[in-house]
Amino acid sequence: MAQMTTTPPIAVPAGGAPARVNKPRRGRRSPGASVALHGTLILAVLIAIGPIAWVVLSSFKPGYAVQSTEITLIKDPTFANYEYVLFETNFPSWFLNSVIVASLTMLIGIFFSATTGYALSRFNFPGRRSLMMVFLVTQMFPVSILIVPIYAIMAKLGLINTLPALVIAYLTIAVPFCAWMLKGYFDSIPTSLDEAASLDGCGPFRIFWRVILPLARPAIAVTGFYAFLTAWGEVAYASAFIQTDDKYTLAYGLQQFVPQFNPQWEYLTAAAVLVTIPAGIVFLFAQKHLVSGLTAGGTKG
Amino acid sequence: MSTVTADAAPRSTALRRNWDKHWAAWAMVVPVVAVLAVLIFYPLVNGIWLTFTDQTEANQLAEICTKSITGGEVCKENPNAWSFVGLDNYVNVLTGKIGEFWQWTGTTLIWTAAGVVFHYGLGLGLAVMIHREMRFRGFYRVLLVLPWAVPAFISAFAWKFLFNEQLGLVNSLLNAIGIDSVAWFADRWTSLFVAVITNIWLGVPFMMVALLGGLQSIPEELYESAEIDGATPWQRFRNITLPGLRPVSMTVILLGTIWTFNMFPIIFLVTEGQPAGSTEILVTGAFRAAFEGIRNYSLASTYGVLILSILLIFSVFYRRVLRKQGEVW
Repeated sequence: MAQMTTTPPIAVPAGGAPARVNKPRRGRRSPGASVALHGTLILAVLIAIGPIAWVVLSSFKPGYAVQSTEITLIKDPTFANYEYVLFETNFPSWFLNSVIVASLTMLIGIFFSATTGYALSRFNFPGRRSLMMVFLVTQMFPVSILIVPIYAIMAKLGLINTLPALVIAYLTIAVPFCAWMLKGYFDSIPTSLDEAASLDGCGPFRIFWRVILPLARPAIAVTGFYAFLTAWGEVAYASAFIQTDDKYTLAYGLQQFVPQFNPQWEYLTAAAVLVTIPAGIVFLFAQKHLVSGLTAGGTKG
Repeated sequence: MSTVTADAAPRSTALRRNWDKHWAAWAMVVPVVAVLAVLIFYPLVNGIWLTFTDQTEANQLAEICTKSITGGEVCKENPNAWSFVGLDNYVNVLTGKIGEFWQWTGTTLIWTAAGVVFHYGLGLGLAVMIHREMRFRGFYRVLLVLPWAVPAFISAFAWKFLFNEQLGLVNSLLNAIGIDSVAWFADRWTSLFVAVITNIWLGVPFMMVALLGGLQSIPEELYESAEIDGATPWQRFRNITLPGLRPVSMTVILLGTIWTFNMFPIIFLVTEGQPAGSTEILVTGAFRAAFEGIRNYSLASTYGVLILSILLIFSVFYRRVLRKQGEVW
């Protein structure tokens, strides 16, 4: 956008040669600076993965070791916690519910936000500006104002205690933000491609489907990641709309392991690991694109 | 956004021409607009209307119907049916008769400010570091973004576990260096501290990734020429990096503020408002006030309207400040 104009004018080197002469200066780094840089980053990485690692380690400990104050990384490793969670509780069906809800939210969300983002990026139609504004404002809605009326609508449609209710509710959270992100990414794809395709006789929908969508794969990956995680981790709607044990999603079901009294942390840690794995897989697919895909998007009005 | 709509065409043909020109765009946005209208706009209007009533789960029906033995249905008026109460809900909430609106607002402001400042500061620092050419760069990046991949409620449980008074790692480590265990959730400020730490841990990756992308869009030549002119690293950061990041920063700070303000799961699951509800923020306080026990629909909506108003005022103000600084957004 206007970032170039906001930077102060700086003398541009006359040719490539002087710049190249000077370049190594920035590339070189004194050993001290190098140690400081890597040291800081290693510390940051430890803080970033520490809590996750500790939960993973704890999940392999038997209950008494989790309950003790002794600091041990590995103690009597066992799969008992996982066995209990997988075979003695309703965890598998919560898991399946979450997979269904999150996948549907991701697929439908990508489809809707891609078409919307494309329209916002390419067409200057009446209502475009206000739609962008609405998308921003929807980010501000607290759950507490929407949840009751949405509950009433779902009840009228007979969707209470069903998974589609959650998918629909999560789409309203995910789509505005995703459309916004994708719009920014589409903006960075030159319109000359559209024009060329249009000269070849493609209609707007064909251009979108055949030309733009394949180019936008990185952004689609990030959008899908975001939509999946939104649905995978949402707590408030899941607590309000779902009433029976067999329909719980993970976010709600897991609370049952840690009631106020007598919490069972060892089972919770095992369940936490199992819950994080699918999110991690989706993340691994998307992470390559995270930087390029995200930034173009959220940043341009 | 530098787009200009509205071509000055005669009224009679304008609609027709608009349709021909824009039908494809409208067709693409119509599903989203329809869903938003049904699930956001209508609930919003309905929610605002609810705030002027005293509807709860118990009194929402205007008629109570009972099946008689013969199979027919007999309906009679609900003696305790809801009614309009005008501004009573707002008065009750704002004067503190119900709930702790002002205390929650204070906590929310501390919570949001701490969250956004550290998210942005740490995110920027890490982004600048990781933007440099160096060994293991991709490796650092993946690991640093990892907390983002963990669902918020799992992070909440993980940190609650780490700070558990009896069996948490943090207290064990404190004991190991000779400090007594801290009852983290027994005091308002330590409890809030744990929640803020959790939130910071959770939110830094998003900021880092967003700012990293912003850094990549700053042309390298600017740095090279600044260096030729003898600018120090700090000067380069002040005069090239920060202005170059402005468009990204403005958006992520606005979004970050809104998201942190409305961040439900951390407080809800980590502190659970302990001790004695003193660490509730507005959204969790409202949720508990409205949904624990008999569901109080009108009260929930009243809080919702107040929260939304605060955020709207904030973003209008934020935009005005930006506009004053010459940013078209």
